[in-house]
Amino acid sequence: MYKLEMKDITKTFPGVIALENVNFEVTQGEVHALIGANGAGKSTLMKILAGAYTGYEGELFIDGNKIAIHNPLDAKRNGIVIVYQEVDTALVPYLTVAENIMMDHIVSEKKDVFMNWKEIKARAKKEIMDLGLDINVNQLVSELTLSEKQMVLIGRAVFQKAKYLILDEPTAPLSVEETKKLFEIVRKLKKDGMSVIFITHRLDEVFEICEKITVLKDGKIVGTYNTENMTIDIVVEKMLGRKLEQSYPKVNATIGEELLEVQGLSGTGGINSANLHVRAGEIIGLAGLVGGGKTELCKLLFGEGKVTEGEIILKGKKIKIKTPAQAVQEGLALVPEERRKEGVLVHESIATNITLPTLKSYCKGPFMQKLKIKKTSLEAIKKIGIKTPNERQLVANLSGGNQQKVAIGKWLLSGAEVFVLDEPTKGVDIGSKAEIYMLIGDLVKQGKAVIYASCEFSEILGLTDRAYVMYNGTTAKELITKETTEEELLYYSAGGGSIK
Amino acid sequence: MNENVKAKKIDFYKLFYKYGTIFVIIAAVLFFSITLENFMNFRNITNVFRSVSIVALIALAITLSLTVGGFDLSVGATAGFASVIAAKIMVIWEMGPAMAIIVPLLAGGLVGCINAFLIIKVKITDMLTTLSMMFVLTGISITFQNGSAIYNYMPLPNNAGIAKGTMNEAFLYIGQGKLLGIPVPVIIMLTVVVLVHIFLNYTRYGRYLYMTGGNEEAAKLSGIPINKYKLIAYVMSGFIAALGGLVLGSRLGSGEVNAGGSYLMDAVAAAYIGYSVLGIGKPNAFGTLLGALLMGVLLNGLIMMDFPYYSQDIVKGFVLIFALGLTYYKRKE
Repeated sequence: MYKLEMKDITKTFPGVIALENVNFEVTQGEVHALIGANGAGKSTLMKILAGAYTGYEGELFIDGNKIAIHNPLDAKRNGIVIVYQEVDTALVPYLTVAENIMMDHIVSEKKDVFMNWKEIKARAKKEIMDLGLDINVNQLVSELTLSEKQMVLIGRAVFQKAKYLILDEPTAPLSVEETKKLFEIVRKLKKDGMSVIFITHRLDEVFEICEKITVLKDGKIVGTYNTENMTIDIVVEKMLGRKLEQSYPKVNATIGEELLEVQGLSGTGGINSANLHVRAGEIIGLAGLVGGGKTELCKLLFGEGKVTEGEIILKGKKIKIKTPAQAVQEGLALVPEERRKEGVLVHESIATNITLPTLKSYCKGPFMQKLKIKKTSLEAIKKIGIKTPNERQLVANLSGGNQQKVAIGKWLLSGAEVFVLDEPTKGVDIGSKAEIYMLIGDLVKQGKAVIYASCEFSEILGLTDRAYVMYNGTTAKELITKETTEEELLYYSAGGGSIK
Repeated sequence: MNENVKAKKIDFYKLFYKYGTIFVIIAAVLFFSITLENFMNFRNITNVFRSVSIVALIALAITLSLTVGGFDLSVGATAGFASVIAAKIMVIWEMGPAMAIIVPLLAGGLVGCINAFLIIKVKITDMLTTLSMMFVLTGISITFQNGSAIYNYMPLPNNAGIAKGTMNEAFLYIGQGKLLGIPVPVIIMLTVVVLVHIFLNYTRYGRYLYMTGGNEEAAKLSGIPINKYKLIAYVMSGFIAALGGLVLGSRLGSGEVNAGGSYLMDAVAAAYIGYSVLGIGKPNAFGTLLGALLMGVLLNGLIMMDFPYYSQDIVKGFVLIFALGLTYYKRKE
């Protein structure tokens, strides 16, 4: 009977305690769910186990013997294998399925100069058959679907005789059929004595396949439970709990006409018949957990990706948005989640950033008018309240909150009417958060419409008028903010409404 | 019904993806055979093979660097460098053919070592490292021969009379000789193609190169010492490029710096066309050979049809675009 224990694990990142005295254990043949809200520390805990982090406190034991894991190879030697959601990071795309499954064998077991292709193919084929899969081992991995790639990685883990398999949100990108198949395999692995740790946001799946649940919250263990004694409601309750209260400004904006309506929108990123509408002066929330489809929906609205079905209606007029440039022209603005990567040009000045979408209006012919740009920028800086000595300051030197203000500010100048904000307060300190909330308040007072995507339910509750809960790529539930609770939001985010 | 049509369309696409490049080669050969009397005879075919032998060797050098996800732009210059050293050894230093073969090959390997060191340890990107190396080598080659070519009975500087050494007969055999009616360069080229093919596909080390190039992180985690295999790839690249240089020098019967540089772009094209052959989608020896042959056949045929030689690059460019299109368009899917 194998047993893996993590004892008193503490992990700090600069300024944040990600995990605090966490104890966790898995025994042989157990499917163990690790759940918690975003930022609870699930992934951090599993990355420690997989050897992705080096600096941490605490001890690891296998069958009572202390082990040291400081890199992925250590983890593998101890029989621990992780399959990340980004499967491509572990695969060699232009080699065959057989080679990818047998990678370790090719590298370390055989010391012959020449490859024994027959053996490699035969053994890989057996592995695939044993898992009950239908994949041609001669196929190139680059030609596989995402689900098949996962299977190849699981096959590799089995081949490596892994005792502990960690699946990091494996089902988020899968279809219902593919998920079913994955579960069949997990059940089979369990029967063969493998322990599977299953990180997920989808509670319905937890109840379908896991016998134990460990709940993390704010880097601490809430508890480990037997699934049979639990219900979704109780789990949701355990996942939540009081956090630091953030105050939200009261916004008194008059709600006007319908600005944007989305009907049955499907397309890139697994978005599947999403519906929403937003009026002038209104803030609507897109609530949901990571993988629910918030970011994908925001991007799809902004013309990043391909719409396969459905309609976008702007001010009563059907529009087709195929590119971000078109979206800007129609009066949409997106403040993306990855601020430093997608939202601002960090190595450019505030002035450059803020006048970017509207640069044409500060130009005479092809030439930029420096004075006009300076004047506009200074006005904008004052109006938005960016803390900076001057407009020439590089955005890289600003605090996270001020960077976000630049990202929002550039769209104010462009006269955008519908603002799509994707996790605008991510990685921003509490003081700056309040200022960003104020800024959003100002937006709606001016009659703009705001779509506010966030995985922080308290934000959704504090800021929005209505909220849509995203689950599995669709707007699973519409709620009036005043009448809902954090529990209800989490319930629907975790697929609570989709059970039965 | 509708789905049937769709499935057929995809199959057709797949077929084209897999056999597109080969199809183009066959079409070109057929076209020239029908329109040109003298195309399909032993002499001309030998001629095509001989003309692509140097490009193919240099392209194989690039192919090896590509397998580890790198890129070696210095191969053309390495070839030129090798030919100049060989000529200097024989003509100026009056040494035998053995030295004229061994020293340049070792020099090629050394160039690969330096490239690998700069890429792995100093962490300059592969393109820039090898681009710089290209300049350095070209410069050294010119300095080495005092700014002019090295040839038999050349006048020596400072009125020192005429060079006493000559390009050795045995050395010239490499580029000009024939064995059983087949030009030696062709035999060398085919031998290297087969060896590289066996190395890449049937030995563990070849697989390590592919794994390193395909996914460095995954390769590392499987326990492959990736830096060692990058080094090996670049050393082999330099070595094979130098071999190409020897064939080149031997064929010209002299040592000329710029002779190697002009092969670089053709070789890059051949290696990338190789990606698309049979839809393999990765650098490979036979694909590279076919890439070199495809361009050789097209140029040979076009020249026989009085296509102006100065417009050849247009054809080469389009063939390369076609092949890259086949490889990359698929990847986006």
